[in-house]
Amino acid sequence: MEIVLKKTALYDKHVAMGAKMVSFAGYDMPVRYTTLIEEHMCVRESVGVFDVSHMGEFYVSGDGALGLLQRISSNDVSKLEINGAMYSCMPNHTGGIIDDLIIYRLADAEYMLVVNASNIEKDWEWINSHNTMGAIMADHSEQMSLLAVQGPKAAALLSKLTDVDLSAIEYYHFEKGRIAGIDDVIISATGYTGSGGFELYVDNKDAAKLWDAIFSVESDIEVLPAGLGARDTLRLEMGYCLYGNDIDDTTSPIEAGLSWITKFTHDFVNADGLKEQKEKGPLRRLVGFIMEEKGIPRSGYEVLDADNNVIGKVTSGTQSPMLGKGVGLAYVDVPHHKNGTPIKIQIRKKTLPATIARPPFVQLTKL
Amino acid sequence: MATPDNLKYTKEHEWISITDGIATIGITDHAQSELGEIVYVEIETVGEEIEKDEVFGTVEAVKTTSDLFMPLSGKVLEFNPDLDESEGDNPGLINEDPYGEGWIIKVEISNEDEIAELLSAEDYENLIS
Repeated sequence: MEIVLKKTALYDKHVAMGAKMVSFAGYDMPVRYTTLIEEHMCVRESVGVFDVSHMGEFYVSGDGALGLLQRISSNDVSKLEINGAMYSCMPNHTGGIIDDLIIYRLADAEYMLVVNASNIEKDWEWINSHNTMGAIMADHSEQMSLLAVQGPKAAALLSKLTDVDLSAIEYYHFEKGRIAGIDDVIISATGYTGSGGFELYVDNKDAAKLWDAIFSVESDIEVLPAGLGARDTLRLEMGYCLYGNDIDDTTSPIEAGLSWITKFTHDFVNADGLKEQKEKGPLRRLVGFIMEEKGIPRSGYEVLDADNNVIGKVTSGTQSPMLGKGVGLAYVDVPHHKNGTPIKIQIRKKTLPATIARPPFVQLTKL
Repeated sequence: MATPDNLKYTKEHEWISITDGIATIGITDHAQSELGEIVYVEIETVGEEIEKDEVFGTVEAVKTTSDLFMPLSGKVLEFNPDLDESEGDNPGLINEDPYGEGWIIKVEISNEDEIAELLSAEDYENLIS
């Protein structure tokens, strides 16, 4: 059976820029253009531009919108102001997570939900199945492109293309405005790299124009296209969860360290179950760790205690380009989860020492 | 992507150069390009007799881990010291010069009949194209 991969509106740009393309969540996506490390460092030091148009966008509006979102969201959407964004997750009934997402409040009773590409259909069905409030739902995933312009110099670069005061947009806030001659672009101070910058939501028909404009800015700011490879190493250095690796249908937000987006100030799916888990304390916790010797942790590797008992499993791992060391995320049994605990990672035939460390693994100076 | 005519290849993306019963083995230009930046090569089989198709080591790139398979049965004589973390510690040589300084191991061939099963440069080109 041949699977036909979807293409984003920027597919031809990626190919023309020499990207190595890979299959990801049903899309043919750029994994790197030059080298992963070069792209990674460019985001940390200057600006990198990611096409993440595979992400899904649902619009939820009308009188029932807030009621529906409060039901499905672990975070308290009633606290979200217009022009604000909120990280949240959708718990299922059995202690797991349907997906993690960002909720934008576009207007009084209009929200945009940004979900993982691999979960678009599942999320759509899940949210619809809870829509007893009569909220109006629309799936814009196929019409919207998303460019993540990330790095400490992103604002300086993008300011050449817009009159919107980018420095005035606070973290997890957005403005809708004109950029590169394109109206109504959602300019959001969010991202998945930890290096600051913006995510730009734009209609497919304008995506190539925006992409070209960003790479045509006349300035001495270094800017590179960056692929999914660098996106993964950047997010891992910050310890951000990736759905499908670190969180899934079987992991709870309490276990995953997402208590900060699980607010019992409202009634949502499995709120009682999660509240009980939080009060009793989960039996396992998602933790970060840093390798003490050369070796790269990978998803699925076993975590051992000092006596070589299996106490958990790695969910994500890589070589940190900034640290030059292996870093990862793992579920470990309580009470082995505490910061500073020496552990071992089973890497093929070797057990290599590591230390539990609270992410971010890389400390970045805020500009 | 380079595929020198004077070498033999495997479908596991290794190249083999044979001189006087000794095979020098590395990974192809195509393989290093697919893997991306190589940060670590683990070879702990020096001195061992290993059968064809068995794993003799591992290459770690930032993004992925890839096992290395013996293209021919034989005894592993040497691991390229320039790649070894306890010596030269420069695994990036595999990216920079996959058919030269980035060679990985040398093997004393135990069954010369297996040589006939290796791929030519043309066969390998067809495989990856």
